[in-house]
Amino acid sequence: MRNYIIKRILLSILILFCVTFIIYAVLRCLPASYVETMAMQLSAAPGAKPYDEWIAQLNASYGLDKGIIAGWLTWLQDFATGHFGDSWKFTVPVIEKFNDVIWLSFVMGAIALVLELLIAIPLGIIAATKQYSRADYAITAGALIGISLPPFFFATLLKLVFAVKLQWFDVSGLVGRNFAQLDSLGQFMDKANHLFLPIVTLVITSIGALMRYTRTNMLEVLNADYIRTARAKGLSESKVIYKHAFRNTLIPLVTIIGGSLPGLFTGALITETLFSIPGMGWTSYQAMVIGDIPFSMFYMTFIAVLTLLSNLLTDIVYAVVDPRVRIA
Amino acid sequence: MAKNKPEGYLSAKESRRISKENRRITNQYEKERKRKKVPESEYMTTMHDPNNAVEFDNLHTYFFTDAGTVKSVDGVTFEVPIGKTVGVVGESGCGKSVTSLSLMQLIQRPQGQIVEGEIRLNIGDNKAYNIAKTPNEKMMNLRGNYVSMIFQEPMTSLNPVFRIGEQLEEVIALHAGEGKDKEAFKQRTIELLKMVGIANSEGVYKMYPHELSGGMRQRVMIAMALACSPKIIIADEPTTALDVTIQAQILDLLRNLKNKINSSIMLITHDLGVIAEMADYVVVMYAGRVVEKGTVRDIFTNPSHPYTIGLMASKPVVGKQVDRLYSIPGKVPNPVNMPNYCYYKDRCEMCVEGCSGAYPEEISLSDTHKVSCYRFYEGKGEK
Repeated sequence: MRNYIIKRILLSILILFCVTFIIYAVLRCLPASYVETMAMQLSAAPGAKPYDEWIAQLNASYGLDKGIIAGWLTWLQDFATGHFGDSWKFTVPVIEKFNDVIWLSFVMGAIALVLELLIAIPLGIIAATKQYSRADYAITAGALIGISLPPFFFATLLKLVFAVKLQWFDVSGLVGRNFAQLDSLGQFMDKANHLFLPIVTLVITSIGALMRYTRTNMLEVLNADYIRTARAKGLSESKVIYKHAFRNTLIPLVTIIGGSLPGLFTGALITETLFSIPGMGWTSYQAMVIGDIPFSMFYMTFIAVLTLLSNLLTDIVYAVVDPRVRIA
Repeated sequence: MAKNKPEGYLSAKESRRISKENRRITNQYEKERKRKKVPESEYMTTMHDPNNAVEFDNLHTYFFTDAGTVKSVDGVTFEVPIGKTVGVVGESGCGKSVTSLSLMQLIQRPQGQIVEGEIRLNIGDNKAYNIAKTPNEKMMNLRGNYVSMIFQEPMTSLNPVFRIGEQLEEVIALHAGEGKDKEAFKQRTIELLKMVGIANSEGVYKMYPHELSGGMRQRVMIAMALACSPKIIIADEPTTALDVTIQAQILDLLRNLKNKINSSIMLITHDLGVIAEMADYVVVMYAGRVVEKGTVRDIFTNPSHPYTIGLMASKPVVGKQVDRLYSIPGKVPNPVNMPNYCYYKDRCEMCVEGCSGAYPEEISLSDTHKVSCYRFYEGKGEK
């Protein structure tokens, strides 16, 4: 097992090199160049230097006068020595900005993931054990609706109904108008109130897929020979389902859940943007639009590392739930 | 309406009508089954002959599928005497397994239902359960305790994520676990593993199913089936998935253990060699019905139903030179649309005049030997 993990980590590092290079190359080729925009603004000021001179000066100071490969190598060197640079857009160190926004996204994502698991898995099991019953049809139809709803549409719908018509929530933002006057409990409740709709959007739009997945797997397991053996032993139906079948359903579920772990940190770009929640997703969107290379590079490298880590973690957890893949 | 349509073609309308009808029928059965507190009088009965472990009496098990009602078991009657082995033979799909699953109440519900007949299970003291009517919570106590089953697929019949010991202990704890602690379970489990001839029983106790070979797994399955000394063991093709040397070992093992705990075996197989070696009585099934039954001697020395004769002719015989083994021509009739005459008529090479009539009644050739065939009807045209 130890050798296996070491091998996987080394492989992950190699993959990471390639990933960062691709990201860097793509970012450099983006039409939205931060430097060009800035040069345009500076040269437009009365009595300023012409655009060409500005851009040459800015390129040099932002390190964009080098080619892509040379630029990437410089970035890599800085990154490896722990210099993550300053964000161009936010004019603070990347790490600082990151620390500011990531926890909000994490809390939101974690609540949404826990709710998703708590709702989707039991519903999937119910749908599978009562296959072709009314409950099954209702759950499956609901899941289909959830899958088919794009988050931007569903979020807008929620806003229309609950924020505009019923006025239970604010349309967007993380805090209300009188946030500063509230005591600490009030501030907490205010934030919770503002996070309600975004979390509902996240849960509803992601629940369907997981539920369908649970149902399919559970059905497959329930038809297996060893389930018949378990029944033939005289075990009660709940023991058969929640002990013998569920352990086997867990195996493929681990893959799905493991794959969604990086999502906790990367933020929900669309949902956060729609609700103007200053989390990771919204911030990275702003950085990307303006062509903020240091921030975007750090953000995407971060995602890549998390994805690789969660894959490794999934494989290890896999071995825990399925004795057949345990590696000596 | 169904002109130029292949056999079994259903229009959408017809199919909808069938599934609606099916739902109505199965819902009715399920409702009856789901009642709470079923009075004991409904499922407690007495054996017709107290020397029998199990009596199948006119059992009908149907599957209500979208293509129509499949009469998998259609009026099966036979007995399993205490301490004896009854072999059930027949080709694939003739209802052997469904008969045995009916005895365990393990048919895929709600599609599959016992619609008529009784299965009486002797539990001693002149009492018997009618399995066809027994409610689920009582059934749980019978399964694994009075009736147990060895399945044909040892490779997939054990749960891959639990250790062998854990899976065996589960049965013991469930039916014989009162007032015993974990240590006692473990001892009993290791004892069982030793009994079925597993040498490294302490080691196997801690292993997972994938670490064992097929033969070993089948031994574990047998240990599991015998754990609570059941009255009847159903062995559903226990050796089909194993190679020949292991087959003989497993059959020997089964026979010895059966004698040790004095239970009966219902042995399902399509291997006549296995039947000849193991069984005391033989039941030959064809298309959901019993076509011939009798002692092993009856069946092997005097096979009477043309289907039995065909089966006998299609097994290889040592010392006999043939170019090509005999095979019965034709195929089993479509289970949805059974003919109203003898099911075997279309494949039969010994038809007599009476064969176009209704399905033949069972007639006795001797005290033990019974057959359903017009060839033995008096005055209906002996050839």
